[in-house]
Amino acid sequence: MTAVPADATGATGATGATDRGVGEVLAACRREGRAALVGYLSVGYPDVATSIRAMETMCAAGVDVVEVGMPYSDPLMDGPVIQRAAAEALANGVGVDHVFAATEAVRAAGVPPLVMSYWNLVLRRGVPTYAADLAAAGGAGLITPDLVPDEAQEWIAASDEHGLDRVFLVAPSSTPERISRVTEATRGFVYAASTMGVTGARATVGGTAEDLVRRTREHTSTPVCVGLGVSTGEQAAQIASFADGVIVGSALVSCLMDVEVEQGLERLDALTRELAAGVRAGVRAGVSASGAEADR
Amino acid sequence: MSAAPRPGRFGAFGGRYVPEALIPALEELDEARQKAMLDPEFTDELERLHRTYTGRPSIITEVPRFAAHAGGARVILKREDLNHTGSHKINNVLAQCLLTQRMGKRRVIAETGAGQHGVATATAAALMGLECTVYMGKVDTERQALNVARMRILGAEVVAVEHGSATLKDAINEALRDWVTNVERTHYVLGTVTGPHPFPEMVRDFHAIIGEEARQQVLDLTGRLPDAVVACVGGGSNAMGIFHRFVDDAAVRLVGVEAGGEGIEGGRHAARFASAEPGVLHGAMSYLMQDGEGQTLETHSVSAGLDYPSVGPEHAHLRDTGRAQYRYATDEEAMEAFRLLCRTEGIIPALESAHALAGALEIGRELGPDGLVLVNLSGRGDKDMHTAARWFGLVEDEGGSAPAPGAVVTGGAEDVGAASVADGVQA
Repeated sequence: MTAVPADATGATGATGATDRGVGEVLAACRREGRAALVGYLSVGYPDVATSIRAMETMCAAGVDVVEVGMPYSDPLMDGPVIQRAAAEALANGVGVDHVFAATEAVRAAGVPPLVMSYWNLVLRRGVPTYAADLAAAGGAGLITPDLVPDEAQEWIAASDEHGLDRVFLVAPSSTPERISRVTEATRGFVYAASTMGVTGARATVGGTAEDLVRRTREHTSTPVCVGLGVSTGEQAAQIASFADGVIVGSALVSCLMDVEVEQGLERLDALTRELAAGVRAGVRAGVSASGAEADR
Repeated sequence: MSAAPRPGRFGAFGGRYVPEALIPALEELDEARQKAMLDPEFTDELERLHRTYTGRPSIITEVPRFAAHAGGARVILKREDLNHTGSHKINNVLAQCLLTQRMGKRRVIAETGAGQHGVATATAAALMGLECTVYMGKVDTERQALNVARMRILGAEVVAVEHGSATLKDAINEALRDWVTNVERTHYVLGTVTGPHPFPEMVRDFHAIIGEEARQQVLDLTGRLPDAVVACVGGGSNAMGIFHRFVDDAAVRLVGVEAGGEGIEGGRHAARFASAEPGVLHGAMSYLMQDGEGQTLETHSVSAGLDYPSVGPEHAHLRDTGRAQYRYATDEEAMEAFRLLCRTEGIIPALESAHALAGALEIGRELGPDGLVLVNLSGRGDKDMHTAARWFGLVEDEGGSAPAPGAVVTGGAEDVGAASVADGVQA
């Protein structure tokens, strides 16, 4: 537990945020009148050491939250880029312990790390053990792409005990009943999938996402971040105009593909800076329902 | 874990471990199938298709020459191999495609391992005028090339999935990715009793006709219930189909036969119950072949249809409660049982079903001459000729049809007497 300052308690404040979680960072972004940038990379791609350096590079270049992706043999929510990164990382022997090494490094860089993991990897370690290990390694919480709140009793209890965030997803297909159920169980932020489909860059991430964010805000004051398909500063600015955060994955992972390490890190640095500028450029017209104006 | 009963659970197993994006489609499907099962318009149409299209009821066949190798017990086959398209898969597919129409969707997708489920789905899609895409592991497209051609001739698009182990589990991953992208107009015709609720329950119910027919047919023929009902278990749909009607018949043993591959010791097998622990894959909690960190392990079987790292959650429950027993047959045992049924009865079984036959040989010997064993012959073996011919050295090369030099090609030599039965199935 020594790696993390101010983590002795998992107590939640009036906003539902925990000391360990991403709530404080998102609130600070709100006070600045901008959206947060959440950057994803896969642990172990192209190798463990480089992936951790890459996460530190993103921290230095302006991400507000790092999404630490754990490779999985059957990543059914991921498109070709992250599938490939996961397969190569697994072939190189990446393991769940490396996730915790990454969260420690990211936390040491002053940025909260959220782990993205398919559920069987958590289940296999044991949900309470996983939660304790994640908290001890400075983790902010978990994003669970294949776990819905209905199946999450054990995780909800363990995340409460350790003050970890639990990021569940909503999708364009979500009904009001589902959005209500998901947002009630969520802590940290709600992950709004911009389109129906898997991860991967897309030419446009248009109106569906905005509509989903609006529908989600009818049920919660928890921040809503939008992911899937975002790859450019321009798209980030567009999303930032209506969401509390912009999540970028495949485009960042692509920076590290088929290049020398140093060149890959340079590309990653440049894209992160472009995206960070993007979330600051978004015109924040659509956030009034979030209660953000009270902070500005 | 909560003690309160949750929908879609078989004891601790089952559930819905899927992306949130799919939950509305699963809820819609659950509602549609529950309504349909009570709607005569649906049940009558399904019954008509079973009768006039599939050829139901499928017959039972008693196989005494084969049974002579099974300790003299009576052995009866439920002939799902005689269904249109050549396996039990059509039962479920016709029902799900009717549901697709009722839900107003115009496109179906499916995964397939051996190709039987893909062929059945392509068939039903052609019949009902639905668009159809089938995902199949690259390895499987190669070992089941004939079925790929069948699907394409029926108008389906077949996508060879190259990543991962390029077998059934990767085909399911890809089908789920398609579904999450196109769910508004697409129904995923999942081919077995696994996946998120309501699939395990729904697919079982659509196959329950196998056991309902067979139970009555065996009663009519023999005046009693069988001592054991035997079926192969990959995902487990043909087994759940024949088991379901017998679950309340406490005296009837239910025996599932998994793929033992090259043997349990080396890890190249798909005998989940022999080695695995519970975990989550493809939406369901069940027994799962996984490493110490929860990554899915690759499996092996000579039979593509059994080459899957998890198993339907209801099987996990039947196993843990002791209501059903599970054993495995190795590639070699299955191939011997395959050959034996061909030679003694003139019936060429699917390699999947040959695992059940291998199990029946063992169980028959355990029961002795008073025993009565019902075996689900889930499919026919035409698709497996290539594998079988190579296994037995009957062809020179992949394209050839001439016997290899030195291959032993005997005829009608399996008619052994009772004295040699104890020695097993070698003839």
